Amino acid sequence: MDMSLKRGAVFDKLFYHSTRLCAFAVLLVIIAIIVTLIIGAWPALKKFGFGFLSSTAWNPVTEEFGALVSIYGTLLTSAIAMAIGVPVSFGIALFITELCPVWLKRPIGIAIELLAAIPSIIYGMWGLFILAPLFGDYVEPWFTNHFGDIPLLGALFSGPPMGIGVATAGIILAIMVIPFMAAVMRDMFEVVPAVLKESAYGIGATTWEVIYKVVLPYTKIGVVGGIMLGLGRALGETMAVTFVIGNANRINASLFMPGNTISSSLANQFNEAVGEIYTSSLIALGLILFLITFIVLALAKLLLYRLSKQEGSRT
Amino acid sequence: MNSDKALFFQSTIQPTNGSDSMSQKEIKQKDITDKISGEMNDIKLSIIDLDFYYGKFHVLHKISMDILVNRVTAFIGPSGCGKSTLLRCFNRIYELYPAQYATGRILLDGYDILAKGENLNLLRSKIGMVFQKPTPFPMSVYNNIAFGVNLYERLSRRKMDERVEWALKKAAIWDEVKDKLQQTGTALSGGQQQRLCIARAIAIKPEILLLDEPASALDPISSLKIEELIDELKKDYTIVIVTHNMQQAARVSDYTAFLYLGKLIEFDDTQRMFTNPRKKQTEDYITGRFG
Amino acid sequence: MIQSNFDIKLYRRRRIFNYVVLFVSVLTTIFGLFWLVWLLWTLIGQGFQYLNLDLFFKATPPPGSNGGLANAIVGSLMLTIVGVLIGTPMGVLAGTYLSEYARYSKLATLIRFVNDILLSAPSIILGVFVYEIVVISTGHFSGWAGSLALSLIALPIVVRTTEDMLRLVPNSVREAAAALGAPQWKVTIAIVYRAAQSGILTGILLAVARISGETAPLLFTALNNQFWSHTMNEPIANLPVVIFQFAMSPYDDWQHLAWAGALLITFSVLTLNIIVRLFLRTPKSSY
Repeated sequence: MDMSLKRGAVFDKLFYHSTRLCAFAVLLVIIAIIVTLIIGAWPALKKFGFGFLSSTAWNPVTEEFGALVSIYGTLLTSAIAMAIGVPVSFGIALFITELCPVWLKRPIGIAIELLAAIPSIIYGMWGLFILAPLFGDYVEPWFTNHFGDIPLLGALFSGPPMGIGVATAGIILAIMVIPFMAAVMRDMFEVVPAVLKESAYGIGATTWEVIYKVVLPYTKIGVVGGIMLGLGRALGETMAVTFVIGNANRINASLFMPGNTISSSLANQFNEAVGEIYTSSLIALGLILFLITFIVLALAKLLLYRLSKQEGSRT
Repeated sequence: MNSDKALFFQSTIQPTNGSDSMSQKEIKQKDITDKISGEMNDIKLSIIDLDFYYGKFHVLHKISMDILVNRVTAFIGPSGCGKSTLLRCFNRIYELYPAQYATGRILLDGYDILAKGENLNLLRSKIGMVFQKPTPFPMSVYNNIAFGVNLYERLSRRKMDERVEWALKKAAIWDEVKDKLQQTGTALSGGQQQRLCIARAIAIKPEILLLDEPASALDPISSLKIEELIDELKKDYTIVIVTHNMQQAARVSDYTAFLYLGKLIEFDDTQRMFTNPRKKQTEDYITGRFG
Repeated sequence: MIQSNFDIKLYRRRRIFNYVVLFVSVLTTIFGLFWLVWLLWTLIGQGFQYLNLDLFFKATPPPGSNGGLANAIVGSLMLTIVGVLIGTPMGVLAGTYLSEYARYSKLATLIRFVNDILLSAPSIILGVFVYEIVVISTGHFSGWAGSLALSLIALPIVVRTTEDMLRLVPNSVREAAAALGAPQWKVTIAIVYRAAQSGILTGILLAVARISGETAPLLFTALNNQFWSHTMNEPIANLPVVIFQFAMSPYDDWQHLAWAGALLITFSVLTLNIIVRLFLRTPKSSY
């Protein structure tokens, strides 16, 4: 009996340390990523300095590179995606929690989660072959004809209707991000204690009023956190955007013109990049993207953490 | 009476905070005294000035008592009085939680089980515990029993079968599960699950059984079965039971300890305590003036 | 009609507004589901016609000739399997540490935070990372590099779901095992893992579903291979990158193969997800 007890103690220590090691590995990975990106981006950063962030240059021949085009594209497509995605996700979450007949709840919930599981490359292909031509043939000309002549606003809709471009990319991103955010918002709405909602209904509030005045304030922090998680995903999305954004290294006022995001620049050009500065500039883009998403995700986590602390104090 | 002698002899031992060797000497002294008195062989567990803390909260205050061998001792008292906490000191199950610790001494057959360096696994092979909520492991009935046995012995298939059957018979559940040995433990009813847990604890042949409100989650019929079981088991084991059901304590136990707010108020022969309690607080609790 | 003493006009306005909002929410739900239906419809419509047995037996062809996706299918299977084999044990052990040993410590909070960031990090960055540390140092693209990149995507998913599932196991079961005298490692492996096994399996399957569709991390690591690879130590064909290359090309037969491949991937991913959600215990959406 004594030997097996000794063995037990040795195994205990062994097991403990292996789990500890693996947990640390997670930390190690993030640190390694940041360090590797910085090292890879160093030549470009050293050459261009902070001007890298504000330059629209992108010339592999003269080896002049700037991040502005890509950053602009990333931010713009994500902004479009959020502008469309947030209200729609909200509407879906509202429907599922308040309106939906009980027998329909599970199927729709599963449908939403399936949408979220479809790989992004599928969205990209579909966007390229189905959505972009439709856009180019019908939607874009409609916008150009009706709004193209309005001063200032018209510039948003100018340019030949090619179908691919920043707007299409933004819409595909929206479709991708909606299921994720809808699921998060639905989860948040379902956490509200039934008692709270019932008391509001009890004094005669309409469904909308219950959502707006009771559910939203209660889940406000969680909903914002969920939106920021959706934003984090949109910022980093690669394949769906790469298919339809057009890989053009220019900034245009028009939403219908092609452009580039950080991830699509990387996807399209990384393997063909010749020369140290070219590659290094691309890695610098990657570093910038990583930092942007890191900050957005960190903020989202902090908000959700605050929410759970609040929940803890409520219950 | 045994308990009178217990209290008397206990007060003659001077507990110290000295080194281990000092307490060993004292213990030897106690052994000699034991042999002289004869009746002191009855003590299985001796608790001496036990204090318990949940972090900063001082939860048990200088508890001292003796648990006698092959008897059922019940801990009673209102919610939060510390009876479960006290029970959990005996097998040091609180060690799972870093913020909990105990000071004082608990002597099992003369050895201080609270001493640093005591092997917890060995301790728990001698002291078994059954919890309030039945906790069958997610495996077959057979393996539930075999799991504990395998920690300490390498038995052949046939010997293990015998041991499983023996344990299940001792727990008065053999007839109900003998055809279901391969079924998962969680498929049994609540009362059966609890008896399975008792069988599981018995299978490793402990000397003491700690029962933490074993029947409170069960229906009245199962509860009665458990009580009958306890009566059978005390022939071979020393049993300590925590219960909030006073009638159960009166039915089942030989000795009762009444705790209140972490202090031991009274410890006596069960019949005597319930008919003629010595302290007013005890009487108030028993007659239901507070709960 | 119930008589009341409040302003009837205000009440009507509120009711109308409410109906409008609810109507809009129904519209948005239809809007959301519409894309799913349209996308799957297109996928099936376009891809189904190009499904044939050749897909599973012939390798990817040069443009203009007949071929299939066999090498890409096999390559994807290998990359996914190796990726899961690397990421899962580490993930399960890390999740065990967070749940069983250090649950409330500050270190655990930090690791959870970092893990969740890794979970949602852009997968193309993971590809760049593995490129820098593996492809550059070995001098060539390889299946190993691709698997490593995929394992970095699987790892945080498995860590998160393992920890969540282990935490669901009630402490009473742990105490019961400890009270018998079982050492900590045995309590964890023999009892707690067993109690949480369907949940942990769910996490692993979800990770598999996620990485089998990932393209970006493979672009700079496993690259692609027109032919069969003989070892994992060279570029290896895989469905996502093949689809990317073929779809963006101007060749018709390549595009047809791309559609077929897209249908295959979508079908397997959705099937995995449906199996997991219908038959196993679903963890809360890991965000």
